Amino acid sequence: MAEPKVCEDLLRERRKCTFDVTELTNLIDGGAQGTEERHYVENLVLNTEGLSTKNEVPEEYLSHKERYEYAVKKACILYEVLKEYAAKHNTMDAFKPTNKYRVTFGVVKDISPFMLHMGMFVPTILNQSDPEQMAEWLPQAMSMGILGTYAQTELGHGTFLRGLETTATYDPATEEFVLHTPTLTAYKWWPGGLAHTANHCIVVAQLYSKGVCYGVHPFFVQIRDTETHMPLPGVKVGEIGPKMGFQTANNGFLGFDHYRIPRRSMLMKNAQILKDGTYVKSKNDKLTYGTMVFVRVLIVTDVAYELSRAATIAVRYSAVRHQSQPKPGQPEPQILDYVTQQHKLFIGVATSHVFRVTGCWLWDSYSQVIADVGKGNMDQLPELHALACCLKAVCSRDATARVEEFRLACGGHGFMASSNLPIINGIVAATITYEGEYTVLMLQTARFLVKAWKQATLGNAMTPTVSYLVRFVNNDRVRWENRPEGIVSGFLAIAAGKTKAACESLQEYERSGMDYEDAWNSASVQLVNASEAHCRAILCEVSWRELSRLAAQSSPSLGKVLLQMGELYLIYWALEKRGDLLLYSTITGADIAKLQARYEVLLGLLRPNAVGLVDAFDIRDEILNSTLGAYDGRVYERLMEEALKSPLNAEPVNQSFHKYLKPLMMKAKL
Amino acid sequence: MGIGDINKDLIRERAKCTFNVTELTYFLDGGKDKTLERKERERVMLTKREELFGGTPDEYLSHKEKYENSMRKAVILFSLLRKVQKENNTDLTNYRNLLSGVLGASISQDGSPFGLHYIMFMPVFMSQADEEQQKKWLHRALNCSIIGSYAQTELGHGTFIRGLETTATYDPATQEFVLHSPTLTSYKWWPGGSQLYSKGECHGIHSFIVQVRDEDTHMPLPGIKVGEIGVKMGLNAVNNGFIGFDNVRIPRTNMLMKHAKVLEDGTYVKSKNSKLIYGAMVFVRVVIVFDSVNYLAKAITVATRYSAVRRQSQLKEGEPERQILDYVTQQDKILTAIAGCFAMKMNARMLWDTFNVINDQLHKGNFERLGELHALACCLKAISTTDSSMFTERCRLACGGHGYMVSSNLPPTYALTTASCTYEGDNTVLLLQTARFLLKTWRQIDTAPLTPTVQYLKTVSTPGYSYKWENSVEGIIRGFQIVSMKKISSCVDLMTTKIMSGMSQEDAWNTVSIQLVSAGESHCRAIVISTFHEDMSKAMRSMSEPLAEVMGQLVELYAVFWALERLGDLLEFTSISGADVVKLRSRYEELLRKIRPNAVGLVDAFDIIDELLQSSLGAYDGRVYERLMEEALKSPLNAEPVNQSFHKYLKPFMQGKL
Repeated sequence: MAEPKVCEDLLRERRKCTFDVTELTNLIDGGAQGTEERHYVENLVLNTEGLSTKNEVPEEYLSHKERYEYAVKKACILYEVLKEYAAKHNTMDAFKPTNKYRVTFGVVKDISPFMLHMGMFVPTILNQSDPEQMAEWLPQAMSMGILGTYAQTELGHGTFLRGLETTATYDPATEEFVLHTPTLTAYKWWPGGLAHTANHCIVVAQLYSKGVCYGVHPFFVQIRDTETHMPLPGVKVGEIGPKMGFQTANNGFLGFDHYRIPRRSMLMKNAQILKDGTYVKSKNDKLTYGTMVFVRVLIVTDVAYELSRAATIAVRYSAVRHQSQPKPGQPEPQILDYVTQQHKLFIGVATSHVFRVTGCWLWDSYSQVIADVGKGNMDQLPELHALACCLKAVCSRDATARVEEFRLACGGHGFMASSNLPIINGIVAATITYEGEYTVLMLQTARFLVKAWKQATLGNAMTPTVSYLVRFVNNDRVRWENRPEGIVSGFLAIAAGKTKAACESLQEYERSGMDYEDAWNSASVQLVNASEAHCRAILCEVSWRELSRLAAQSSPSLGKVLLQMGELYLIYWALEKRGDLLLYSTITGADIAKLQARYEVLLGLLRPNAVGLVDAFDIRDEILNSTLGAYDGRVYERLMEEALKSPLNAEPVNQSFHKYLKPLMMKAKL
Repeated sequence: MGIGDINKDLIRERAKCTFNVTELTYFLDGGKDKTLERKERERVMLTKREELFGGTPDEYLSHKEKYENSMRKAVILFSLLRKVQKENNTDLTNYRNLLSGVLGASISQDGSPFGLHYIMFMPVFMSQADEEQQKKWLHRALNCSIIGSYAQTELGHGTFIRGLETTATYDPATQEFVLHSPTLTSYKWWPGGSQLYSKGECHGIHSFIVQVRDEDTHMPLPGIKVGEIGVKMGLNAVNNGFIGFDNVRIPRTNMLMKHAKVLEDGTYVKSKNSKLIYGAMVFVRVVIVFDSVNYLAKAITVATRYSAVRRQSQLKEGEPERQILDYVTQQDKILTAIAGCFAMKMNARMLWDTFNVINDQLHKGNFERLGELHALACCLKAISTTDSSMFTERCRLACGGHGYMVSSNLPPTYALTTASCTYEGDNTVLLLQTARFLLKTWRQIDTAPLTPTVQYLKTVSTPGYSYKWENSVEGIIRGFQIVSMKKISSCVDLMTTKIMSGMSQEDAWNTVSIQLVSAGESHCRAIVISTFHEDMSKAMRSMSEPLAEVMGQLVELYAVFWALERLGDLLEFTSISGADVVKLRSRYEELLRKIRPNAVGLVDAFDIIDELLQSSLGAYDGRVYERLMEEALKSPLNAEPVNQSFHKYLKPFMQGKL
């Protein structure tokens, strides 16, 4: 079959591009070798028989149940192919962010029911089991001879870990734990793959021994028979129902009725229960933070990737779509030529890069801190925790907003499932809530900031990410400079200013007679604002530094574009937060007008490279899953082709006409 | 149901409420009689409770089954509507009440396949068909013996009506029009429920009534290619379709001829005033503003009740976990959304009244305020849909993970609100339309008389106008008016500079367009806040004191919320100081505290019955966790302990035998 023709507009756009697209692709993959390895895995998967989705009825037409069955089938074939790659993930270092395995979206459009197996089950075993346990469980998990998930959240309890109700009571007579779900609200609720897929599960429960509660601990629990897959006696498991997204994730609920598991099912790297029921405390109770921080760190690069998918779709579509006639007699322009459209698109492209480089930086910080923790040095753990909290929160929320902006930028067609933008929205929007709800995480970072501010006012030594506060203890207005470094300084001043304001409100409320907790609650909107400002300052500072570094290592033509994106990001946010800049820097109305003008100039500079920039994300059509975003730009043909796959279109008249519609219309005639 | 079945926290919340909820319900419905009418409609509907609300929930069905099920329900519903309708007139007001009232739009969380019949087909028909045509078709459309849709948008063309490609060529020999779709991009794409009749449109504003399917067999008529466009983010019960014509012939008299005409010999008779056609378009946008209010009312009901029932974390060691509604960050999300819902309700009423006044003038040949009506409807449609979408998502996120469950009804509600951001005029395009009107107004500010909604531009720009920032609702409104005026004048200046430097008018417009959109938005914010304030103040005079007090608090909360949201504008363009901002923030926190005890009462007053709310989190009794589990257990996947895919795929896979 001849290659379908590529749309003229896209050909023209590609000719216009001023930099080497492959060079940028390599940079995103962490080097040419990274790109090569990714291509290898993609080819491996997409050339596997049974994994192509091309001629099937798209999964969104199926019933909820059929869709699950479809996803299990695909996921089994997929992981069979990827088993040797999964096996390489036997250390935490192997989880370093990469786009190598995003090809799974080419197999199941939405989230796979196996996601939490590699996403949380294996990492928890790696992080929290002792050597003997690891030797027993890890090989089975790595070979996927067992399938696991991670059950912590309950129907009535999420954020407040201490409030979890599931109990694990130690019985020294049999050397077993008794797992129990005392109430409806104690049911585990949400874990992906839990409903009908996993046969094992990490369960987080309140540990009781000798009548004392020792708080929540993780347990390794078999929930289904490995032969029959029937839930084991005492286990009540099922699915929680349809969601906004994650339709194929098979999220489940789980309850226990006095369900017994051996003593050694408790993950014992840190705390332990001895045979006689004696509780041996963990050397440091912060050690269990490891997995939680790890997952949050990865979310930053995950959402950067989702953003790059949405960007590819929206930018290519905007190059193909023509609309209106601003000048009489001339052809309709590409919508990409409208400045309002560029305003919606380019910040999203830039944000994807900003989140990726910041996410990689965060991963490096994380690895460093965890290595130190291994050596017994916990000093930097609180800072890492605060950093991961706010970056996870802000990046997930911003990414969702940007994906929605991309979707809306595609007009009505962005509402079509076949554009894939609604599915990407479902995937990204979930990240705002899971693994630490946005507001809760922001308040965690705020707690760290409030402490840091106190240290700063006392003139004490500060950890790296908050050391800037010292500069603003006595001087909260920074001198404004209209250049990238000046904007970064401005954002640091905002963060310090808002932290200070929140601390003052807190004190004000305390002075009015409130105790600290009520004062904290009363000032919490401002505390969240301070956290957000702190996070924005970090995003601005780190991304500008990283992009400048990468630009210096790149060819001049690419370097220029990287800096343009970095600058666009800074100016976009400076304009968004100009109210804060007016409060905490010496910026003037004239400066703002200049920023606005520079912003519009940058949009113009990026415009010819728009398609090149998204081509460089190098996302294959099979992974993009989009009628609007395919490489060839055959937008309308694909929209129609996809529509014609609808089972409703297989018959000219649907049975409901005879059953319902005709009688209604007939009755009216009588 | 006994009171014992109601969640204790909700009982306590209701006991705390300081005003009479029923009084507020009457106000929201537009009077006691309107409430009773609504209740009667609901009563009639609930006579078919099991048929309409029983069975496996739609979200478990395949796309096709979902359509079939929604057809089944729609037919039941519309036979009921027909019954109710008989006793009413068929003028636009009754019509809007009937549909835009919660009843019509919400039987399915996912829209209705008959929606467009009522919301587009009928109004367009009423405003564009001549008397003879009305006589021929109107009663058939009213009693659903024909079901119509409205086909304007094409696969490749939306916003730019002149760019539509479908042609209707008149053939005087047979006195017929020949409808034709010359290209793929000219296929009509999107119309909801393309069932029997449809209207293809040619040169932008010429409409035709076209039979697309056989009345008896329902087969597409020869030359017509019709089908559905596929799965969407929401509204999956709507049956949006595509349609293409291969030289399809329709009688001359199928062109809607109230305004322009084609005579038998093919002579084209121009409309006396082509502007009259705006009426239907504006009507649709008015309906959308009311819809936005209704969607948001659902979202706030769900989020508020859930926040009263859900408990999380100990604020203080040793205390029980708190209702999340007690957290100020939660109040920040929810109480603002409640205020936003009330604000939009008052603005929807204002737009409706303005529409009626101006529409009357239009029919009397007075077109003076047409531009203003258009500009007002454009920006209010844009802002109400953007805001209700934003507030709905805020409410959804405020419910944590459970807000992600379809059974909460928040995801489908968000899909409905966000769809309205692009349909019937993309919001960016609409704000640019408003901006065009504003720039024109500004350029003539000293020479032409100003229409009411832009009168403020003159006031705040008069030389010698004395202004000092004031931390009050009036002060904030003034502030927003000044922001709007400054942005408009700055756009005019920028345009002038660019044109002087040699840019064409069109390119200058494009270059400045981000700022133009922003000016359009600021203008609308000024209108929304001042309308909320003024109209609510008027209404408060006839309210009981406790209710009036709460309404006043909502108005102030809304104004302060937007002042803080748009601080950059205010700091740049008004004399607000850093100290004012600090005071505004503490006033904001104080208002949240004051409104907190009435939160549940405020949403109860919307009086959305559980059957229409369709939410596991938001039901009146607050049995949140029980309902979540009950809904989950309806899943067909939960009917079997082991799904067949285990034996087929999972087991061989785990045992390495795949």
